[in-house]
Amino acid sequence: MNASFFAAAIVAGTPLLFATLGEIITERVGQLNLGVEGMMLMGAVVGFQVGLATSNPFLALLGAMAAGAFGALIYAFLTVSLRANQVVSGLTLTIFGTGFSSFMGKSLIGEIMPENIRTFWKADIPILRDIPFIGKVFFQQDLFVYLGYITAIALGIYLYRTRAGLNVRAVGESAPAADSSGIHVVLYKYVHILMGGALCGLGGAYLSLVYVPAWQENVTAGRGWIAVALVIFVVWSPYKALIGAYLFGGLDILGFRLQGYNIKISQYIIDMLPYIATILVLVVGSIRHSKENAPPKGLGVPYFREER
Amino acid sequence: MDRSIFIQMNEISKTFGTIRANHNINLTVCQGEVHALLGENGAGKSTLMNMLSGIYSPDSGSIFIHGKEVHFTSPKESIAMGIGMIHQHFKLVDVLTAKENIILGQKGNFFVNQKKLAQQIRQISQKFGLEIEPDKKIYDMSVGEKQTVEIVKVLYRGADILILDEPTAVLTPQETRKLFQIINKMKEEGCAVIIITHKLHEVMEIADKITVLRKGETVGTVNKSDTTPKALTDLMVGRSVDLSIERVAVEKKERLLQVEHLTVQDSEKVHVLDDVSFTLSTGEILGVAGVAGSGQKELCESIAGLCTVQRGDIVYNGENIVGETPRDIIKRGISMSFVPEDRLGMGLVASMDIVDNLILKEYQNQKGLFIYRKPVKKKAKQIIQRLDIQTPGVHHPVKQLSGGNIQKVLLGREIDSGPQLLITAYPVRGLDIGASHVIYDLLNEQKQKDVGILFVGEDLDVLLELSDRIMVLCEGKITGIVDAKSATKEQIGLLMGGAALAEDQEVKQDD
Repeated sequence: MNASFFAAAIVAGTPLLFATLGEIITERVGQLNLGVEGMMLMGAVVGFQVGLATSNPFLALLGAMAAGAFGALIYAFLTVSLRANQVVSGLTLTIFGTGFSSFMGKSLIGEIMPENIRTFWKADIPILRDIPFIGKVFFQQDLFVYLGYITAIALGIYLYRTRAGLNVRAVGESAPAADSSGIHVVLYKYVHILMGGALCGLGGAYLSLVYVPAWQENVTAGRGWIAVALVIFVVWSPYKALIGAYLFGGLDILGFRLQGYNIKISQYIIDMLPYIATILVLVVGSIRHSKENAPPKGLGVPYFREER
Repeated sequence: MDRSIFIQMNEISKTFGTIRANHNINLTVCQGEVHALLGENGAGKSTLMNMLSGIYSPDSGSIFIHGKEVHFTSPKESIAMGIGMIHQHFKLVDVLTAKENIILGQKGNFFVNQKKLAQQIRQISQKFGLEIEPDKKIYDMSVGEKQTVEIVKVLYRGADILILDEPTAVLTPQETRKLFQIINKMKEEGCAVIIITHKLHEVMEIADKITVLRKGETVGTVNKSDTTPKALTDLMVGRSVDLSIERVAVEKKERLLQVEHLTVQDSEKVHVLDDVSFTLSTGEILGVAGVAGSGQKELCESIAGLCTVQRGDIVYNGENIVGETPRDIIKRGISMSFVPEDRLGMGLVASMDIVDNLILKEYQNQKGLFIYRKPVKKKAKQIIQRLDIQTPGVHHPVKQLSGGNIQKVLLGREIDSGPQLLITAYPVRGLDIGASHVIYDLLNEQKQKDVGILFVGEDLDVLLELSDRIMVLCEGKITGIVDAKSATKEQIGLLMGGAALAEDQEVKQDD
């Protein structure tokens, strides 16, 4: 295991990180959105399309975020305004997002990102890059990776240190308590569901713009579902999401690396690693009981003020 | 002191579907006044107050706060007008600290100024004589502490109108006394306080004025000095009511149940019952008192076989029944009726009718593959007649009956099976005075038939009048078993708070 392995793990973990952070902020307002996979795919295809059409990396990013947020908006309208079942709405969003990306991506198959976008992201951080080992792993990466660090830390500060973050946690724990404290529950839910969707879109865009800078069908390959499980693994904490996402990124890379060693294990078994780990995480997560690390109490519960 | 009118509600009406919760209700509350809102369950007290706190909006009528007409569309607007409501089921976020709950939803700097906040909380608690630990998590708090947080939260928002919805329902008598001191302090500071309750002695102690509601309408507003508890009850119920409960004497007692060192853990390995030992005889009512969640539920469930027992014996008629299935235990003649807070959660299936609910316990005695409804239907009719259950018919879903009638169905079914040991928890929860007395009479009737009754209750006055002995639970331990004829409410209150019997007597000597 050398530094290049860890550096690759971080790259592979970055799309997971964005999606996990997106789902954390969504679940923190009490909404279980199982549409992560769908929103990632929507972000991936729109980001790619915009990048291809404009050759402008920023527009590609904005497009991806808008696409994810658009998917989240459908979900928010169904579950918050119409109080539809969150699980069914989320699953539907995944199906919709998958179909949407296949349809839009049909003409994109085989296309490759323009050179200027592919090379745009690469950037080392001065001074920090020279730290032995750590510099190579963490600070000789691309802009997306750095944005991941910043987003995770900013989200942590937001949730645990600010008034708005306190309100977010209250909405997710007990919407009736939040409402009677004068918090606009519906507004908080909408804003953070959309924020979550945008982050998922960003995670998808990383795959199509940087990780595989060419279009391929179903580019996410179930990473959205891994992110949903990771949220439980990292106990709804943005800080721990960093560890969780990179750990799973490492498992992904491990598969590639093992191929190189000519080990006589079927490729399919190796490819299963992250998914098996996901199942283990869910099993472990459901055994562990603690009040601090419990899911938001209002998760999945629709709120209607005049209900009796 | 010049007393300005703080709240004026005129001709307020509100309906939910076909239920008329409030109809042309009038209410006036002045500064420095403690106003009690009295009425039976379903009289519309909470609905009316929820309109003041912006949770519901009235269908018709007008509300004036501090002389200004208001149309609240959210709690936020109500808070802005200086109204603070302390709900019966606390609206606090468990995983947050007291401090965090207090500033929830408040405007201010993006980041919270911890120092200033702590100082403000200290100021408020000193002013009103409240004790609070700002950094304690809500889930670590007792019910009394949670209520204090709610009060500080409301005061922090600068409320001068406080609404307390059944604040004493979950408190020990000692905690209640403390709360009343705080309410009086608020009164001195010029706040208006509305307190919702159906406990008459509390009304007589704390209120200045009393408004009585019945079936969604105002019956009248009276000054405390002009009324008596008896007069208030008659207003509340609408007819003259005998308030006393009979304690029938039964001779010849044999030991029916003996519980030894019973210990039960919950999923987090906390001892919810800790080394509980007691006996129960035939023809005896053993009352169980304690603050909600002291292990009452686990006690009932372990005797009924619904709960895993870690350690200890439950000896019934000379045989240990620990580890037997609920069905075997029912066959032995032990019957349990537990009325949970939502009143439907246990024992009955809400969408089934009375007949099917009876079959739930009856079908095992029937032979063959199919269910025979006919004999059960006859039984259902008997129960309806005997307990005077108000229902359109035996095939009406129980969830559409009123709470009192649902509870009568539940108790009726349990009594119908002819048990020898009847465990009943909160059988009168949420019932009005009339219906409660029907239930007490039923229990006394069973007692005369030599049935042993374990009666888990909330109202200490009732427990003292109805039971033969009272066992007090506190955090899963028995703090004392007292003779109901000689015990006092204060004594039981102390035991509920965790004082052991001997210490309690010491305290008395000190006084």
